[in-house]
Amino acid sequence: MIAFDFVTPRTLAEAVAAGAQEGAAFLAGGTNLVDMMKAGVSRPARLVHLGRLEGLDKIETLPDGALRIGALVRNADLAKDARIAMSFPMVAEATLSGASAQLRNAATLGGNLMQRTRCPYFFDLASACNKRAPGQGCDAQGGETRGAAVLGASSQCVATHASDLCAALVALDAVVEIVGPAGRREVALEAFHRLPGSTPERETDLKPGELILAVRLPAAASAFAGHQRYLKARDRASYAFALASAAAALRFENGRIVEARIVLGGVATKPWRARDAESALHGAEPTPDSFAKAADLALRDARPVGDNAFKIELARRVVARALKLAAAGTPRVPAALPASPFGA
Amino acid sequence: MSFAISATINGVKRDIALSDPRETLLDLLRERLGLTGAKKGCDRGQCGACTVIVDGRRVDSCLVLAATLDGADILTIEGLARSEALHPMQAAFVANDALQCGFCTPGQIMSAVAFLQEGGDWRDVERIKEGLSGNLCRCGAYAGIVEAVQQAGRELDSRKDAA
Repeated sequence: MIAFDFVTPRTLAEAVAAGAQEGAAFLAGGTNLVDMMKAGVSRPARLVHLGRLEGLDKIETLPDGALRIGALVRNADLAKDARIAMSFPMVAEATLSGASAQLRNAATLGGNLMQRTRCPYFFDLASACNKRAPGQGCDAQGGETRGAAVLGASSQCVATHASDLCAALVALDAVVEIVGPAGRREVALEAFHRLPGSTPERETDLKPGELILAVRLPAAASAFAGHQRYLKARDRASYAFALASAAAALRFENGRIVEARIVLGGVATKPWRARDAESALHGAEPTPDSFAKAADLALRDARPVGDNAFKIELARRVVARALKLAAAGTPRVPAALPASPFGA
Repeated sequence: MSFAISATINGVKRDIALSDPRETLLDLLRERLGLTGAKKGCDRGQCGACTVIVDGRRVDSCLVLAATLDGADILTIEGLARSEALHPMQAAFVANDALQCGFCTPGQIMSAVAFLQEGGDWRDVERIKEGLSGNLCRCGAYAGIVEAVQQAGRELDSRKDAA
């Protein structure tokens, strides 16, 4: 790890000013950033420690019924919150399906939105990576592509977005509250992460010095509470990144689906909302056939990279199965193995 | 750049001067405080051998910068037993052969203690396995570890009932 300055701001204004300086990086739980610094992949000249900022670790219900989750809320605390369990249960299931208990105790919501890809070529300094070193090339293409994205990739980058939590939050219309040198603003989480295109090094909508304050789940999204699941296929039943995952939420009237939400994880360069697949379910009955058609639509534009075509069929099946589980109803007792295809 | 933190470690309050913000909690414990129970396995937050409890939460100490810990309350494996009496989890690990080489054991025990403190259901083997998935054991002592957690959970619950 290279040497860096370490500052601990006490106010948001101090944090924003410190974060806007050249080479600065915000530090929250550190589970991703400290790891990347050890690997030499991230080399900030200055760390801005956010742990002493007041009020960013709260979960509160707003007057309009929305749930506002502070950026410094720990994943473990988010997963056990009673309001999440009541109104947005797949947020807890997705959160608990990620990382380990130790990491969830340190990792924060804001950090989850800002996490970098786990593409092995991004982490290997001896490999070419446009995300780590723009213009260098992409050794993932032509290399080991088991983890690479089949949706949203470009000729410059095929790295997947690894977050489980973000997939569930995008499905529930989450909004990101941001503060920065130019004041406050907000953006839909769906638009927060960028496609790689020709600038894979730019992963989010944030500008220098901008800081995530909170994520808001609108009250309207709680209409999906009774029918939502997160499902994650991975190489082991716990503590592994998704090969393919899906957040699925349904709303029924008179036995028919009137609204659907489908977001894929682990197969795309950002949390991947499948709007055409959602639309196809409007007015449909919850049958294997309608779920299979929606899954086909969700993967319609998928393209394999190297030898990872299996992920397309895997993702298709994960989407169909997540929809089936969502239709069956949110379980009253959270599963022992969260989001697992075994025992779900 | 140098600065100081004040932290409680195994019940003792200590003022600690830091000369480099790169110092992790794991390195501080092992290299400067002589507390070598927490182990450096991967040093990347993947193996759990460095697990300690900070402010009531189990964390991978290899990913925590010491400079962030001013005011923290830290419990390591060295602070778990009271004098000569083993903590029920330690005793259960011994009784159930829940280790072979022992390298991962301090992390396993700290993680298991926290699992029960979090209200983890020791009656459900699946939930124990899921709850301890952040601690790898390359000897493969998992069966004994699960049995140890069940025994310690039963023991601690019966003490609560008796109290």
